[in-house]
Amino acid sequence: MSKNIKLRKGLDIKLVGKAEARLEVAPMAKSYAVSPLDYENVTPKLLVKVGDKVEVGSALFFDKNNPRILFTSPVSGVVSAINRGEKRKLLNVAVEPDQAQQVKEIKVVNPAKAERSEIVEMLLESGLWTRIVERPYGIVANPDATPKAIFVSAFDSAPLAPDYNFVLKEEKANVEAGLALLARLTNGKVHLSARKGAEGYMESIKGVEYRTFEGKHPVGNVGVQIHHIDRIAKGDIVWTVNIQDVAIMGRFVNTGKLDMSKIIAVAGSEAQKPCYKRIISGAAVESIVGKVSESVRIISGDVLTGVTTAADGYIAAQANMITLIPEGNVYELLGWAMPRTHRFSVSRAYFSWLSPGKEYKLDTNLNGGERPFVVTGLYEEYLPMDIYVSYLLKAILVKDLDKMENLGLYEVLPEDLALCEFVDPSKIEMQQIVRDGINLMIKES
Amino acid sequence: MGLRNFVDKIKPTFSKGGKLSFLHSTFEGFETFLFVPNTTTKKGAHIRDCNDIKRVMIVVVLALIPALLFGMWNIGYFAGKTGLSAFWFGFLEVLPMIIVSYVVGLSIEFAFAQKRGHEINEGFLVTGLLIPMIMPIGVPLWIVGLSTAFAVIIGKEVFGGTGMNVFNPALLARAFAFFAYTPHMSGEKVWYAVDGVSGATALDYMGQPGATMEGFSACDAFLGTIPGCVGETSTLAILLGAALLLFTGVASWRIMLSVFLGGLAFGYLFDITGWTEYPAYYHLLVGGFAFGAVFMATDPVTSAQTNTGKWIYGFMVGALAVCVRVMNPAYPEGMMLAILFMNALAPLIDYFVVERNVARRKRLIKNVK
Repeated sequence: MSKNIKLRKGLDIKLVGKAEARLEVAPMAKSYAVSPLDYENVTPKLLVKVGDKVEVGSALFFDKNNPRILFTSPVSGVVSAINRGEKRKLLNVAVEPDQAQQVKEIKVVNPAKAERSEIVEMLLESGLWTRIVERPYGIVANPDATPKAIFVSAFDSAPLAPDYNFVLKEEKANVEAGLALLARLTNGKVHLSARKGAEGYMESIKGVEYRTFEGKHPVGNVGVQIHHIDRIAKGDIVWTVNIQDVAIMGRFVNTGKLDMSKIIAVAGSEAQKPCYKRIISGAAVESIVGKVSESVRIISGDVLTGVTTAADGYIAAQANMITLIPEGNVYELLGWAMPRTHRFSVSRAYFSWLSPGKEYKLDTNLNGGERPFVVTGLYEEYLPMDIYVSYLLKAILVKDLDKMENLGLYEVLPEDLALCEFVDPSKIEMQQIVRDGINLMIKES
Repeated sequence: MGLRNFVDKIKPTFSKGGKLSFLHSTFEGFETFLFVPNTTTKKGAHIRDCNDIKRVMIVVVLALIPALLFGMWNIGYFAGKTGLSAFWFGFLEVLPMIIVSYVVGLSIEFAFAQKRGHEINEGFLVTGLLIPMIMPIGVPLWIVGLSTAFAVIIGKEVFGGTGMNVFNPALLARAFAFFAYTPHMSGEKVWYAVDGVSGATALDYMGQPGATMEGFSACDAFLGTIPGCVGETSTLAILLGAALLLFTGVASWRIMLSVFLGGLAFGYLFDITGWTEYPAYYHLLVGGFAFGAVFMATDPVTSAQTNTGKWIYGFMVGALAVCVRVMNPAYPEGMMLAILFMNALAPLIDYFVVERNVARRKRLIKNVK
């Protein structure tokens, strides 16, 4: 009898443009890029220059804070550009792929037999280490640390999120190998959580602490799951890995070759044909979505936590979907006084409650101006954790480190407060506030 | 859209570098009133709920309308008129108070927003209507204006504006008028102001030792055909507003319910111990109890913010209001003082609730070691 945890709080935002269960293979992109900005708190130091030849798995740069952490190329080819922003800040390293797709020779060890340190070295060298996220803070895991447990969520509950049962249909052996590999990295357990009613093959996987969750978004957020399985206390370190990245790690071990291809969902009301696409990590978005009008926002990730990506940009390393929604840069006459049946609200001051099954086509308009904290008790309804949201945010705003710690900053990442940010009538930038708080914590510790 | 073109045309004049740039906040206030701005999300969630503070405030204003309309009619009714003419009579009594309250309050709000370079906050849309509704009829307009100014400046702006205030601004206006100009606010003088009609309110009776409630039936008090401030007399009209606030989730049902529970519990206590000679539910029907419970105690900024805190806060508001009414003959109405006092205590209640959350988190560390 497997364990099930039911969460009452949360919200499923129903949007137009869910990806059909149909797989297309995206053409090879003109270029691929690796960006240090996809990771928190990484200070990049370049290892290549324009014109260098690289293979799949060749290191492009490393993190100055921890030189063992390498960021590697997802394709083989030639470094075509090193893009920098203001103050010469490194934006990304772009690689133009070649036909051959040479894979770098990396010594692959058998996770069942090898020493833990050998496994760590293998992951570091391949660059797959960067896919391990450490909490608190949501940073790339520290290779010198040993986490008390590793958590993997086998589903994503965000709006229009990919269905991993479809994405990983053919990858069962790789998922198993990946989880077995992770089990060697911790002295504690590897927790695997599936959605109740959509367990797929996850429930048959051995060697993990298996559980199901049911409820509304953010039930699929690994941070929320950790809170209900084994909360993070001060001094704890836990790691999390996205389920598709687990499969990529398993594939690496099983085949002995690094292969950074993955399946993403292309969704949203502005997607021509919402479906799944096989791509290689870091692909130029143009190769995935084609030409997109300027009035459309391209998001690497989901509508709540993803990052805005330029039409000539690249999909973020962690993204398992691209969402296309209309920009909302238009004025609306007396909008706040109108019935606004085409827009969605959790408040019964509007009329979304009359049509609970309706799928909405929402744009990027802020729908109001930023105001101080006014409403109370609302945010807590959308965060299934024992945390007082507005008290935590105010502690961050006044930079009170003790309070941040006491009120639960170790337990959350910005993504966990995304729904609170969505429903907030005061339009407060909560995810940014949490990120600022975390960065302050890192700086002071 | 012609209006939009016009706004776009005059916008540069009010923007930075324009001739009237010192009126920037005022212009923006009117512009965002007319049009939801074209601002898009820059960071964080890309889509947002279409609810905003303007909508929240407008729902509260709507919820106040039944009590306001009834209050207008009631004034005429007590001046001896009937039907529409009673309403018209009351309308003419109340309208100047509303105008004074809005003009004085909004001018100060705009001036402060201008000075700080902030956007105009919508909170005063509610406060500005609440103030005339909790003032006695016939109170001189200069008192309305002065207390509004006091409430907005001392009650709100010195703390940093909307969202930062400790006390409910509308109640602060009433408290200011009450203590600074007592003869105009309570006692027998109040009702002389309306066309020679005089009479003490039900509360004045209740304040007297051994009072019975003869002359004021519970039915009258529930429907509202009793003397009192504009908004407070009809429990029925107030409950209509409460229904809207609760249905839309704008006001906290925890606070509303617990205020009534607190009032009933203490009213009952006084009744069985022989302090009072009328049933406990009278407290809920007369005076400003219902109005305070529905519209004042639930102000999210000045009430307790945690769910547990809301229960405690609400219960104590109700209990204190009844205590002041029964035990202190000097102040027949206890609701105003009870809410203001609990406004001051709310952060303390929340502090203890939040500390329990912190303690739970700290216990995790011990379990690990």
